[in-house]
Amino acid sequence: MARIELRDVAKRYGSIEVLRDINLEIQDGEFIVLVGPSGCGKSTLLRMVAGLEPISSGDFLIDGERMNDVRPRDRDIAMVFQSYALYPHMDVARNMGFSMEIRKDPVADRKSKVSQAAETLGLTKLMDRLPKALSGGQRQRVAMGRAIIRDPQAFLFDEPLSNLDAALRVEMRLEIARLHQKLSATMIYVTHDQVEALTLADRIVVLNGGDIQQVGSPLELYERPANKFVAQFIGSPTMNVVPVTGTDAGVTAGNGAEIRLPDQLLTAQAKELGVRPEHIDVVDNGTGDLSAMADVVEHLGSDTNIYVNVEGIGSMMVRKHGNIPVKSGERLGLRIQTENAHLFAEDGTALRRVA
Amino acid sequence: MPAVRKTNPALVVGKYAALAFYLIFALFPLYWLLKIGLTPDALIYSEGTRLFPSEITFSNFTTVIFQTDFVAYFRNSLVVSLGAAFFTTLFAAGAGYAFSRFVFAGKRIIIALMLVTQMFPLLMIIAPIYRIVADLGLLNSLTSLIVVYTAFNIPFATFLMQSFFDGIPKDLEDAAMMDGCSRFQALRKVVFPLTLPGLGATLGFVFTAAWSELLFALMLISKNDAMTFPVGLLTFVSKFSVDWGQMMAAGVLALIPSCLFFIFIQRYLVQGLTSGAVKG
Repeated sequence: MARIELRDVAKRYGSIEVLRDINLEIQDGEFIVLVGPSGCGKSTLLRMVAGLEPISSGDFLIDGERMNDVRPRDRDIAMVFQSYALYPHMDVARNMGFSMEIRKDPVADRKSKVSQAAETLGLTKLMDRLPKALSGGQRQRVAMGRAIIRDPQAFLFDEPLSNLDAALRVEMRLEIARLHQKLSATMIYVTHDQVEALTLADRIVVLNGGDIQQVGSPLELYERPANKFVAQFIGSPTMNVVPVTGTDAGVTAGNGAEIRLPDQLLTAQAKELGVRPEHIDVVDNGTGDLSAMADVVEHLGSDTNIYVNVEGIGSMMVRKHGNIPVKSGERLGLRIQTENAHLFAEDGTALRRVA
Repeated sequence: MPAVRKTNPALVVGKYAALAFYLIFALFPLYWLLKIGLTPDALIYSEGTRLFPSEITFSNFTTVIFQTDFVAYFRNSLVVSLGAAFFTTLFAAGAGYAFSRFVFAGKRIIIALMLVTQMFPLLMIIAPIYRIVADLGLLNSLTSLIVVYTAFNIPFATFLMQSFFDGIPKDLEDAAMMDGCSRFQALRKVVFPLTLPGLGATLGFVFTAAWSELLFALMLISKNDAMTFPVGLLTFVSKFSVDWGQMMAAGVLALIPSCLFFIFIQRYLVQGLTSGAVKG
């Protein structure tokens, strides 16, 4: 098992810098999820850890040892690819045992380890099939089995679930979580799906445009996002962000509505107010902070999503638990749970609460 | 939803008729080759247009095999074609892999130059090639033909191989390297087995091109014992007559290696070997 450190790591292709100032310390046994929109450099970062992509500058250390120029085969790291990358000319057993075959481990060892891993993953009956005769989920399992057998210092996952259908994705997500509990190995997982990130991670690293935006536990990111990007990227449905002007007691929205905020929130530099859909209460028309008209109402059973139009501000979204009897076209009042509100300065950084 | 459409029987008949027509069209010259090879000399002109001779004989074949230098030509052709196919495929596989996987300075220029070499008619460069080969003292040697055929086939074979390598997902090599392979091991254990169809196609292509090449063989070889089969075939044409029966018999025999070669490699030509490697 391993402690992984990245110090001032950067990646350049010619004059284009795709990753800069990456500083990250991953503890032994930690499950780290790299998340961000496509093109943010998260897969590149993972491939740099794997050794498949050279590091342009900075240091990459495993257990304190600099590994920048160590070949992938000598880093003792296993990787599960988005495309699974199973060897099409080898059966499942050989695919899984390939790393041991390359290391010339005794055949008996290999067989017992392969069958053990196959049992864990429920692949025992498929051992002599070729990859083309497997379903997507089975291929994914074989790819994971291939990684487990190595008993590596760390596991890397590059969007491993993005090719699976929704139901299977949930199932495999659980399986990966169980795997992490069982092996308690260091894992780095890349995804663009924030649900995967929130459910699996010990800590999440949010990347955007080649920079780390924030590192923290799922709850930290949800409750105290460092900036507007993280605030809107983490949490589903997306946070409502409304342009405001800071005043002494609170903020004034574009339509003149004044929203009083608790004292701890710094308001003077506030340019935008962020409220998650679940932190807005629906009240009688004429009361509350804002008056709005329900545009579209989605009844999901467990929740009700209300898309509202607020005059002078635009559309916002409200999500309430349970079934709320609101009809499309109805006028209603909105009250913002100010204790859960966020304020952002002009450059998008979140204004911290004083207390 | 419309009901499952029934196949129109007329369409089926039409399809098979078209296929049959094409087959007859393509195979008729081969049939004619065989027919004339089997026709006794005396009947060649009198029964010129009959679909099948009234009498058949194998004497043309026995004469060709036992009383002419055909076997020697045949052996020379085999050496030259196999040699050219082997070396071309070897170099083309290396170059194709590099073009497909690596980024290096001058890659575009090299590719452009290789394309340019394909634009000149062979007739234009045959004199300089003759001079080069003569100066090297390689005239009348099979080596000269192997070298020339290899050189001329490498560009096309390289593009062919490159497209086969392009078809193999890069993730597979990455996975192999994560599994503990060096780049070369990944190439040998993962990429190579998947490239067999490509190697087969390239070998077959170069082999048949070299097997039937006449121009260079005619220019560079003048001695009987180094003649390849297409040149040897011309010896059946004498000043006053053409030995049609023997010539055609020799032609039929010359088809055998190509046929065998393709029967041997056809299983590697079957597509779909890489299916199941990645998502899908």
